[in-house]
Amino acid sequence: MNTVILSAAEHVPVVAPTEASGVFGLMWLIIALPALGAVVLLLGGRRTDAWGHLLATALPIVSFVLGVAMFVAMLGRAEDDRQVGQHLWTWFETSDLSVGMDLLLDPLSILFVLLITGVGSLIHVYSIGYMAHDPRRRRFFAYLNLFLAAMLTLVLADNYLVLFLGWEGVGLASYLLIGFWQHKPSAAAAAKKAFVINRVGDMGLSTAIMLAFVTFGSTSFAVISAGAPEASETTMTILGLLLLLGACGKSAQVPLQAWLLDAMEGPTPVSALIHAATMVTAGVYLVVRSNFVFELAPAAQTVVVVVAVVTLLWGAVIGCAKDDVKKVLAGSTMSQIGYMMLGAGLGVAGYAFAIFHLLTHGFFKANMFLGAGSVMHAMDDDVDMRRYGGLRLPMPVTFLTFAMGYLAIIGFPGFSGFFSKDKIIETALAENLLVGSLALLGAGITGFYMTRLMLMTFFGKRRWRDGVHPHESPAVMTGPLVALAALSVLGGVLILGNWISDFLTPVVGHAEHAAPPIPAWAVSVLTVAVVAVGVTGAWLMFGRRSVPEAPPEPHGPLGWAVTAGRNDLYGDQINDTLVVGPGATVTRTVVDVDKHVVDGVLTGGPVAVGAIAGVLRRLENGYVRSYALSVLTGAVVVIAALLAVNLA
Amino acid sequence: MTAFWVLAPVLVLAALGLLFVRKAVHAALLLAVVMISLAVLYAVLEAPFLFAVQIVVYTGAILMLFLFVVMLVGVDASDSLVETIPGQRLSAGVVGILLLVLLLLGFGQLGLGAAQSLGAAGGSDNIRAIADLLFSRYVVAFEVTAALLITAAVGAMVLAHKERLEPKRSQADLAAQRVRDFSQRGVHLGNLPAPGTYARHNAVDTPALLPDGGTVPGSVPRVLVARGSVRDVGGFASSPGSGDGGEQGPGPKSPAAELVEAQIEERAWTRPADDADGRAAAPPGVSDPDDGHEDAAVTGDAGEQGEES
Amino acid sequence: MDSVTPFVVLSAILFSIGAVGVLIRRNAIVVFMCVELMLNAGNLALVAFAYHHGGLDGQVAAFFVMVVAAAEVVIGLAIIMTIFRTRHSASVDDASLLKW
Repeated sequence: MNTVILSAAEHVPVVAPTEASGVFGLMWLIIALPALGAVVLLLGGRRTDAWGHLLATALPIVSFVLGVAMFVAMLGRAEDDRQVGQHLWTWFETSDLSVGMDLLLDPLSILFVLLITGVGSLIHVYSIGYMAHDPRRRRFFAYLNLFLAAMLTLVLADNYLVLFLGWEGVGLASYLLIGFWQHKPSAAAAAKKAFVINRVGDMGLSTAIMLAFVTFGSTSFAVISAGAPEASETTMTILGLLLLLGACGKSAQVPLQAWLLDAMEGPTPVSALIHAATMVTAGVYLVVRSNFVFELAPAAQTVVVVVAVVTLLWGAVIGCAKDDVKKVLAGSTMSQIGYMMLGAGLGVAGYAFAIFHLLTHGFFKANMFLGAGSVMHAMDDDVDMRRYGGLRLPMPVTFLTFAMGYLAIIGFPGFSGFFSKDKIIETALAENLLVGSLALLGAGITGFYMTRLMLMTFFGKRRWRDGVHPHESPAVMTGPLVALAALSVLGGVLILGNWISDFLTPVVGHAEHAAPPIPAWAVSVLTVAVVAVGVTGAWLMFGRRSVPEAPPEPHGPLGWAVTAGRNDLYGDQINDTLVVGPGATVTRTVVDVDKHVVDGVLTGGPVAVGAIAGVLRRLENGYVRSYALSVLTGAVVVIAALLAVNLA
Repeated sequence: MTAFWVLAPVLVLAALGLLFVRKAVHAALLLAVVMISLAVLYAVLEAPFLFAVQIVVYTGAILMLFLFVVMLVGVDASDSLVETIPGQRLSAGVVGILLLVLLLLGFGQLGLGAAQSLGAAGGSDNIRAIADLLFSRYVVAFEVTAALLITAAVGAMVLAHKERLEPKRSQADLAAQRVRDFSQRGVHLGNLPAPGTYARHNAVDTPALLPDGGTVPGSVPRVLVARGSVRDVGGFASSPGSGDGGEQGPGPKSPAAELVEAQIEERAWTRPADDADGRAAAPPGVSDPDDGHEDAAVTGDAGEQGEES
Repeated sequence: MDSVTPFVVLSAILFSIGAVGVLIRRNAIVVFMCVELMLNAGNLALVAFAYHHGGLDGQVAAFFVMVVAAAEVVIGLAIIMTIFRTRHSASVDDASLLKW
């Protein structure tokens, strides 16, 4: 795989923030506002029930406005002056380690801020309608705000420790929101599963932070990026692999992918915000942010590519086999994050495209999740696509917006996904033919499963359950859908004139594109053709024929693949066999040893002593004359001994 | 040596008596015999000073102390010779004989060397010689014994001192208490019945007789009852006879006797049942008049006698 | 036979009798008397050996024993009195609470 290793950049970008001034001085407010919302709603209790959700929606919008203002201000600056830092306070300080609560706003983080606050605000608005009848609505909005604050901390951090703070914060918010309907055992279990699997990734990240501190004496991006070239390649490889482990956990990449499908137990806005648009992309952010590490660790970069490709296909296959609309989308998310990881793993050439795809994916996937939520809303929370069908007529707005997202994700020419995915495939083809081909294959599968989703939901016969009367959702829900649909369509403009690449250059560096083996326009045509094949295949299987209401038995040459896909490609079974089973065995053994061997030794002695004492204590009858007799007997024995010695 | 051979059997017998006599007073008297005999032996062994000290300190002071305590304690302290710890007596005997044998064996091993005479120090000069030793070589030990004695004296005072926890009850208080008992519980207000007085015997250890020939239980001081030294009044009783031995007088117990018994029990003559384990001899006549003749119960005997007369 | 030997034998006999008395009597006062008997037996041995050796040290030792015995009796009897006052018993077997 060494050929994957790219034109190893001589120049590794260095993070070099300047002190914030002007509108950038309000950087902390971006985080503080949602945090304030969470605090007010959580501490305010029932008093805030009436207006809490409005406050919680307004605050991210203000943050978004602030973000836009800073974005504009940043555009007005010179290209090498776009990294702005703000020191809030010193978090903690020991002799060797001084960690400041430092924020960093650069082209990379401002894009994330805009995505998080923008999409987040839209989803808040949507949630007002979606959660209107939930008795615990206030708590839901509080958690959403908490999530936004943590996520913004993550992307605005200027060192790994503050990033880790946000990282754990989003993990917490994710846990709380997946298990939001905690009365459902499945939701509680899913939340726990997500939390536990994420711990594995967090362990990698925290170990990486410790390693970075040991190596560089600091956790700040600036110091590490400046000192990175001096560190040995082995260290950087280990560091990169540990960071990748963290990214895998958060972004549901193989082998830590198993939690994402179960995470769909959470309310749909949560799936849209956390498990599609923002949080799961934190892993991509981490890899891109740590580009100075990966640039110096080609082996780690290779592993990133391998993980990305495996996940890309893994998610796509799962997406093809599932009947649960949200799980199809979850598999799709996994797959699309695989594309982003692929871009990030391709190095300097791919970072910008990874971020580009991340943004467009944030738009269209949030759009589709919210559309799916709208559909579920109409279908009495039924998620089985086999009971949908023909919904385009009763739900025109949802259908049209969903269609925009659909066209975007399969890469229909002109839509945002077309540009972003195309760029990644193109770069991958340029770097390595095998990787590029697999990415191309993934695009075809994407076309297949998304078309299947589309056809089963909005076209064909009506297979609704009795008593279900689908209706269009209220305006407060369709409004965000329309906005996100527009972004899905128009997101591609970011690539015009290579704008996003240039914009991100201060952070990730710039590399001349290696020429792909075939011209760029040919790659685009090839991609569209492959996607068209997938779409046609889906239409042949689900469009022309009626969809059976019960999932058919797997048959044909790909039957085994269908079975495997329905079982999440046996991700849980693999985990059980490789980790949970042996872990439980070891634990049981240790418990048995502790209970029987250790405790036996420890308690056996005292028990024996106690038993002997129970017999001997009868000698202590309390009668002084008995004791006197003992004394006298002892004296007699001593005298006898003395005499015996004398006589002998 | 004549004195020794005369006194040694006396000593051993008296010491053995210490083991077997029942009453503490007798034990004290036997001990006095031992002490005085020992004093004589000291004189034989040319220790006139110790002879005097033995008599003055042991027989005069320590034994007197013993007797005082016996007097204070000994009312119901009669020591029954029933052994309560299984095997104690046998073991003690065996170990004691073993000890004696070993001691004799040990003494048999001694090489005493030639005897030397004390000379004048064993005679008229004995006290002076001891004084010389005490105030020269043993002066420190002597001073320490002074401290020991003072400590012992203070300790005895501390131990024997009894803090008064409530104000002393005056005669008026006691009278008020008696009247209160009478009004609340009907306890007899007047004196206890006097002991019987007879031509042949007019001491307080004879109980008074009731008209029906029974005895009045409260008429004998409780100490005498507790010691079991209540005199048998069989010879004096003149009541018409009743059933066989152990039976109370003829027919039902006289109302007068019941009344007196009830009052006596109210007065709590006996201590709280601290001798319930049967160690001490059961006080006859007081707690259980129907106890029968085995304990020479006053009332029971009275009944028998009444029959004879 | 040495002239002092009978005294020593007598002392041994008295000592053994005292020891057995301590073991078998239950009245605390009598037990104390037996202890005194043992002390006196010891004294007799001391005086006898002093006589044999022609020195006064044995007599002085016996004198000290008497002093100590006097102090011991004072304290011991006071303790017996105190126990009797609280427990209404002079039996050494009654003070048997300190056991299993």
